[in-house]
Amino acid sequence: MKDDAAQRHILPLNLYLAVGSGLLVLTVITVVVAQMDFGPMNLLIAMGIAVIKATLVAMFFMHLKYDNKIYMLVFSGSLLFLGVFIIFTMFDTLRRGDIYEEIAEPYLKEAVIYRKAETTTALSHPAADTSNTASDTVTSDH
Amino acid sequence: MEHTIPEKHYLNEATGWKSWLMTLDHKRIGILYMIMVMFSFFLGGVFALLIRWELLSPDKILMGPEMYNQAFSLHGIIMIFLFIIPSIPAILGNFVMPLMIGAKDVAFPRLNLASWYIYVIGFCFAVYALFTGGIDTGWTFYTPYSSESTTAVIPILTAAFVLGFSSIFTGLNFIVTIHRLRAPGMTWFQLPLFVWAIYATALIQVLATPVLGITLALLMLERVVGIGIFDPAMGGDPVLFQHFFWFYSHPAVYIMILPGMGIISELIATFSHRRIFGYKFIAFSSLGIAFTGFLVWGHHMFVSGQSDLAAVIFSFLTFFVGIPSGIKILNWIATMYKGSISLDTPMLWALSFLILFSIGGFTGIVLGTLSIDVHLHDTYFVVSHFHYVMVGGTVMAIFGGLHYWWPKIWGRMYNETLARIAVVMIFVGFNITFFVQFIMGTQGMPRRYATYLPQFQGMHGFSSIGALIMGVGFLLIAIYLIYAIFKGKPAGPNPWRALTMEWETPSPPTAGNFEGQPILEHGPYDYDKVIPENALKPYKTI
Repeated sequence: MKDDAAQRHILPLNLYLAVGSGLLVLTVITVVVAQMDFGPMNLLIAMGIAVIKATLVAMFFMHLKYDNKIYMLVFSGSLLFLGVFIIFTMFDTLRRGDIYEEIAEPYLKEAVIYRKAETTTALSHPAADTSNTASDTVTSDH
Repeated sequence: MEHTIPEKHYLNEATGWKSWLMTLDHKRIGILYMIMVMFSFFLGGVFALLIRWELLSPDKILMGPEMYNQAFSLHGIIMIFLFIIPSIPAILGNFVMPLMIGAKDVAFPRLNLASWYIYVIGFCFAVYALFTGGIDTGWTFYTPYSSESTTAVIPILTAAFVLGFSSIFTGLNFIVTIHRLRAPGMTWFQLPLFVWAIYATALIQVLATPVLGITLALLMLERVVGIGIFDPAMGGDPVLFQHFFWFYSHPAVYIMILPGMGIISELIATFSHRRIFGYKFIAFSSLGIAFTGFLVWGHHMFVSGQSDLAAVIFSFLTFFVGIPSGIKILNWIATMYKGSISLDTPMLWALSFLILFSIGGFTGIVLGTLSIDVHLHDTYFVVSHFHYVMVGGTVMAIFGGLHYWWPKIWGRMYNETLARIAVVMIFVGFNITFFVQFIMGTQGMPRRYATYLPQFQGMHGFSSIGALIMGVGFLLIAIYLIYAIFKGKPAGPNPWRALTMEWETPSPPTAGNFEGQPILEHGPYDYDKVIPENALKPYKTI
């Protein structure tokens, strides 16, 4: 049967060595790029290399490339669903503050005006009066 | 024509309690599940009636607010985890699916039995929780309350965790069975649609249930060891719990409804005596629902503090779930069009499903609309929508399926008149109970409260009367179905003149299902080509 044949499948030693070397090279690259700063791309690059390495292991050392395609489907399917879970959750966790920033924006702008007004008043009338206190209250409320 | 019960069948080939508790026969395991799951349904139903009794008045009748919290939590937990999730796959899937594909059993009979024992262990944990402080978190176990509640949270979480394994085992078994054990000639597109639905369900069971296990395990760790995962004081995120929970629990809603849709496909084709309209569309829409069901969980969290971006995306994606469900409904209606419809009891259940599930589906679209949900969230509108889908959908389907396959399972017919009265009682009782809840919801009646403003008393009373009618209806069903097991008229192999393969075995089937290996001679819905003559020619073997 096809499945039995897949189980007996033996790859040439050279291929194992080549894939193994590839993994080592990628490990060296991981270490090297970890020393550099690519800004927001840091995570993307590190994860990209990790994905390539994991794919090589799954394909050759775990024989997924030569096995029944259904296993490939199951394997990549589970990765897909894991990806969906993480990415969709990040739509929330990474952007949770957005709405508050947006709502707060006009108040923050006003607050700046108040702060300026406060400073001006403070400079022109060193002896603080009641209006000053009022603007303080407004500012601190926001 | 007078039928007789075959001399040897799966019910009498081995006797004694050991032959049941150690059985590897998928049919007997289906029956074992039926006993446990239906007992859970009874238990959950009792809590439902207690809730409705309490709500007859805004003042205390039976229980105070704490007790009420426990009653609705236990109603939800029992109905979801112990009844509705295992119901169709574990009872009818187990009994009927191998027969439908011409197999002698499922692929892993021992795993099948293990899944039942695991279910029983989960059931025991749930009962233990019931007697050691109950549970008042609601069936969703939301943090932070579930991290702090003094009720028996750990035992009930353990119950749900263990029950998840039972579900995974069943799903895994069915996937392998459908892939490997189909009779010769039974290609994927010759499969009955119930099998397609069970297959799609099994995929969700295997893919989503582990996430629930992880979620509940994390919650237990937080409670017991104090690891900060969901508690903000320890650097956790309570909304993350909801992401975890609904990533399982929304697809789980499709674990509940998809096999029901499979049953409806069988019932509508059989009782319309007509080739099912749009076979491939119905089959693929099951997979479509299974897939899109994974992308919409955030619609449960519109007012939970998730980001606006996520809310908009989830609301948008939610509308897509309506498409495959709509495809199914329209195909079923098209199947009935110009069919030779007979209104036997199973068909009455199917018609009830069509009406009630459509209402449940449309109100789902209403709730999926972000701006409207903000107002309707946590009101009786949601309660009603959910019950229209779950009771109006799945429960109608499972009772339709039970009535359809009861003659196959036990070899005997039930009383048709009583059965029709019961369907009408349930249909009417259900609408009395829940339709009014849509109205209450739009008027702002919040859910999960033991009391309410006096203006809602009339509607709550009306709703409770409906619940009582339903309760009596279910009692009636239990009586005549159990009576039929012992005293019913022998049904014969194919009382409904259906074309799927399970009807080609004797009723009840023999222990090995078929004599020899059956091969497929016609498609499951070839009503335009074949007239079932099973009484004369059971099936061809090789």
